Amino acid sequence: MELVTREYKTVDYISGPLLFLRGASNYPYGSMVKIIAPSGKQVNGQVLEVSEEYAVIQVLADTTGLAVAYTTIYLEEDVARMNVSKDMVGRIFNGTGKPLDGLAEIIPEKRIEIIGAPINPVSRRKPADFIQTGISAIDGFNTLVRGQKLPIFSGAGLPANEIAAQLLRQAKVLGEDESFAIVFGAMGLTQREAAFFMQDFEASGALQRLVAFINLADDPTIERILTPRMALTAAEYLAFEHNMQVLVILTDMTNYCEALREIASAREEIPGRRGYPGYMYTDLSTIYERAGQIKGSTGSVTQIPILTMPDDDITHPIADLTGYITEGQIVLSRQLHRMGLFPPIDILPCLSRLMNNGIGKGRTREDHRALANQLYACYAEGRDIRRLIAIVGEESLSELDRCYLKFADDFEKHMIGQGNLDRGIIETLNLGWKLLKHIPQGELKRVNKDLINRYFTEIMSDGVQTPFF
Amino acid sequence: MEGKITKISGPAVIAKGMTGNKMYDLVKVGTKGLIGEIIRLDGDTAFIQVYEDTSGLMISEKVVSTGSPLAVDLGPGLLTSIFDGIQRPLVLIEAISGNFIGRGIEVAPIDRNKKWKFVPQYKAGDMVVSGDILGTVQETPTIIHKILVPNGVGGKIMTIASGEYNILENIAELENGTKIQMMQRWPVRQRRPYKRKLDPDEPFITGQRIFDTLFPIANGGNAAVPGPFGSGKTVVEQMLAKYALTDIIVYIGCGERGNEMTDVLSEFPHLEDPKSGGPLMNRTILVVNTSNMPVAAREASVYTGVTLAEYFRDQGYSVALMADSTSRWAEAMREISSRLEEMPGEEGYPTYLSTRLANFYERSGRVICNGSDERVGAVTIVGAVSPPGGDFSEPVTQNSMRVIGAFWALDASLAHRRHFPAINWNKSYSLYSEILEKWFSRNVAPDWNDLRNRMMQLLQKDAELQEVVQLVGPDALPDNERLILEVSKMMREDYLQQNAFSEIDAFCPLFKQHGMMTGLLTFYDKSNSALNRGISMENILALPIREEISRLKEVPNDKFAEHFKTVLARIDQELGVE
Repeated sequence: MELVTREYKTVDYISGPLLFLRGASNYPYGSMVKIIAPSGKQVNGQVLEVSEEYAVIQVLADTTGLAVAYTTIYLEEDVARMNVSKDMVGRIFNGTGKPLDGLAEIIPEKRIEIIGAPINPVSRRKPADFIQTGISAIDGFNTLVRGQKLPIFSGAGLPANEIAAQLLRQAKVLGEDESFAIVFGAMGLTQREAAFFMQDFEASGALQRLVAFINLADDPTIERILTPRMALTAAEYLAFEHNMQVLVILTDMTNYCEALREIASAREEIPGRRGYPGYMYTDLSTIYERAGQIKGSTGSVTQIPILTMPDDDITHPIADLTGYITEGQIVLSRQLHRMGLFPPIDILPCLSRLMNNGIGKGRTREDHRALANQLYACYAEGRDIRRLIAIVGEESLSELDRCYLKFADDFEKHMIGQGNLDRGIIETLNLGWKLLKHIPQGELKRVNKDLINRYFTEIMSDGVQTPFF
Repeated sequence: MEGKITKISGPAVIAKGMTGNKMYDLVKVGTKGLIGEIIRLDGDTAFIQVYEDTSGLMISEKVVSTGSPLAVDLGPGLLTSIFDGIQRPLVLIEAISGNFIGRGIEVAPIDRNKKWKFVPQYKAGDMVVSGDILGTVQETPTIIHKILVPNGVGGKIMTIASGEYNILENIAELENGTKIQMMQRWPVRQRRPYKRKLDPDEPFITGQRIFDTLFPIANGGNAAVPGPFGSGKTVVEQMLAKYALTDIIVYIGCGERGNEMTDVLSEFPHLEDPKSGGPLMNRTILVVNTSNMPVAAREASVYTGVTLAEYFRDQGYSVALMADSTSRWAEAMREISSRLEEMPGEEGYPTYLSTRLANFYERSGRVICNGSDERVGAVTIVGAVSPPGGDFSEPVTQNSMRVIGAFWALDASLAHRRHFPAINWNKSYSLYSEILEKWFSRNVAPDWNDLRNRMMQLLQKDAELQEVVQLVGPDALPDNERLILEVSKMMREDYLQQNAFSEIDAFCPLFKQHGMMTGLLTFYDKSNSALNRGISMENILALPIREEISRLKEVPNDKFAEHFKTVLARIDQELGVE
């Protein structure tokens, strides 16, 4: 092919992950190149900017050993592409798509661009299938639906990985049995974390359904720019060409953003907030928006990105920009974690924007929305009163205040802190009604009288002894 | 005139040999013909922002100018459409490139072949001026599209047609030789002309209690809705689009979520327009540029939307423009500005941010339209703002606040406790409330403004008392202050909260708002005098009428008046008549 002959040895300048190539004006913008170091080492790169004088190449690997002289660059392909095949399921790759499991490279069914084109909004199918995760804090209050992107906002030392693993084990669409796959994209994961996921996948039998792209903490940072895109390209292929239900876990998006910042600063770009580039929103959106369902395919891509909020700060640019793109967020709380509750999900700042599509009559149960609102309101009230105690002491609380206080305690202990239990949605909702027992009925303004009569009264009188009242 | 690309960096492309081109002219870039716009000229070098992904573009590829700036097609066929940021219909793009959006696609914004039944309003020999309604077309079952004499055109009609025509066929010819078609074009960055602006002395009725009562917006006014993520900006924008009493809705999804747009797309055709009763989609135009669609087209989408809104205003309609979110628009400006290596202003935004925001919001207004019949049209703009970290001191919020008339501040802590709409009544304001007082007292009830002001005062007093409570607990307060706390709580929970998903409560007509306010304040007054008569606070709190008042919002509109009478009677009965 004519493309292969465009070869240059005119490297002028190397800085961090960037390489300036003089005269290479016939490289297309965004094309992939192969770089051969004097030692014979081969690495990949991508054209970031091109002008009549220079091509700026982002080296997708460690730049150790590259020299200004004797380094040769070949044009490989006009845009970044990867091989995909249904046989990827059950395989483990590194961050750039090379097999890590000792098996041969896959036999491609197709070779497709890893920068996915945006889905036409009119081609999207409305996500409305409830995914039961068995975790009450999610199912009951921040329901996940197929085709959603729902990130987990974690902090250093909080068990986000354990929650993700539990979610993978338990997630199912009620009453359906379809082929589904898990795509796991790891950016800058430590060996220990990777081992945790692998053991959990193995123990739960998820390994046969898994496609993993793993970039470890000691792998080149720059590779992390490609890893999530490869994972999503594989996911889209499986979902939209093979009609599979694909759940994508991306962890840790914080490492991805750090890599982005590293490149931006090497390019001497004007930094935005906290040194992250001004286009980080756009960049992240090209990852997160690759979730959904489209017309003409029964498959779906559901994304659970995990990110670590530096210093537990939800207003940090990474968490902030993510929250503006994703359809909600699951926020972990250090306080609940210290109290020994698992999963330590603080439902107050959590949100699922697609929840209303997936719940209600015919999906979960008619009382779901109203009940969740009522429980939210009561729990928020209880938390406020807890803060008040710190100032005025418990003695000055009214009778009603005490009800709310007890409710908040019970709610955390029984509803949130369920441990590793796989709790069905009906069970979650019934538990919700039971927890409302101690609140006077006149205070229940988010549920109308019909629902109170139908559910509250019935569940209270079903004779089943609740263990904790 | 054909230029050549000399540099490519993301959406910013530089080309040489561009002598003779004008600022903001539309160009076709590269062999694929990607659409771009000239944003800086330097000698024969042009800086171009490209509206599509530039991967694969090469140095020396050609750049061809179209010779005219980014403009939109205006004519029958706009309503019910879904456009991208530069007015390409997404449905046709789907037909060409499938489920994913391809590049370099050229499609006509509105159907060129469809025949519309044109009914003339003038006859040969009549004189017409710019803006006159030459004739009408029934565009959707609910909206009559008025065909206007284009700007700068006028004279004696020589011939005028009647019957079925497409938008490019001549429907009239003037004596001076000008031929008029149903379609006209208008450059998006330029506001459409009108005779003069009117005072904003009519309200834009939203059916949302917090807005109509406390922070009203005028028809032809503008408002900003800032809030951190998850505080319900999009729900507010969509509520307004669904329930506001207006003729036409232009909804700009600027840099927002794909699935959210799907929500709008799947819901609107099935929702009922509260004004006409037909499907909501019949009065709606959507301009959609999701966050992963090209950034430069996002910058253009806001102008595209507002131009479409102005066009319907010129036909004498009230148009509501929802822009969700203006922050994404500002960020698109920032991204392009930084690629051009412009000197950044505050937080990296270009220094012209405030000018652009002001120009955009000032395109709202209630106006006397061009033309001889003095008809009135209005564009009302509601822009969502997404401040990073929910911090209102950032440039987009601050610059918006300098120009807008109503500020509806969303609050994360209200959203966390599922108080929706999560508008913070202590931080929000409306500059229209005084000018609208006359309208409310004349058209709803003479005591509307008194009730409203008393409610504001109680909420303000409540905010002050809450601070005291934080320190000493509620029991340390005297009974009349505790009553204020209780009544304010009822106002917050039973009045300001409104359930967007409840069939009855989603739209609250003004008479019902007035009734609910009356109920709450009557309860307050009677309780106050009961306290003075020595009845204890505990007894008042235990009255069953409290729950009755709190459930007023669930009462259907047609039964409200009657039901409300019994509630008032019961307040008297339970608290005693003086």
